[in-house]
Amino acid sequence: MANDIRYLTPINIDIKKEKYCRFKKSGIKFIDYKDPDFLLKLLNEQGKILPRRITGTSAKYQSRVNKAIKRARHLAILPYVGDMLK
Amino acid sequence: MTSYETVFILTPVLSEDQAKEAVKKYESEIKSFGAKIKHSESWGLKKMAYPIQKKSTGFYFLFEFEATNTTVADFEVLLKRDERILRFLTVKMNEDHLEYAETRRNKKSGKAAPAEA
Repeated sequence: MANDIRYLTPINIDIKKEKYCRFKKSGIKFIDYKDPDFLLKLLNEQGKILPRRITGTSAKYQSRVNKAIKRARHLAILPYVGDMLK
Repeated sequence: MTSYETVFILTPVLSEDQAKEAVKKYESEIKSFGAKIKHSESWGLKKMAYPIQKKSTGFYFLFEFEATNTTVADFEVLLKRDERILRFLTVKMNEDHLEYAETRRNKKSGKAAPAEA
């Protein structure tokens, strides 16, 4: 009977979701700077690049993502700043 | 001969055929430099994410070609000098990029006939 300790509030151990690199998992080799809808998944509402700790991508692919997004911004395919998702 | 990919934007002021004619001029220009154009594509009039030189739309064109670096330098001087071109970007293609361009072309030609500009 030692383990029926009842807590006043249920302890919410947040389930540790295993982050993974979406590029390694899906085997994408090249991130194209020309199609905006794929790149939009990696930007937040203001058009900023999402950090690795949120998207969980590995360093190698994150640098490629940065390069592709900056090229797309140069070609006015993506905005530098903007409320594009809303 | 490394392969490059250039995307450039023409001002929307030109009419459709003027834009096509300008692209043909550049194709012949680059061939005269000794480059080999593998694929050229036009995305037509597209809305830009932010206005460039007070214009918010532009004709987008894509060239995929094989050339030496001096050819690319000359080509870019031409693009820079022409005031109809708002912006351009030349990218060297590594093998992943080449493979990707290959699959993209097949997928595109699968759907619509490739616009041989």
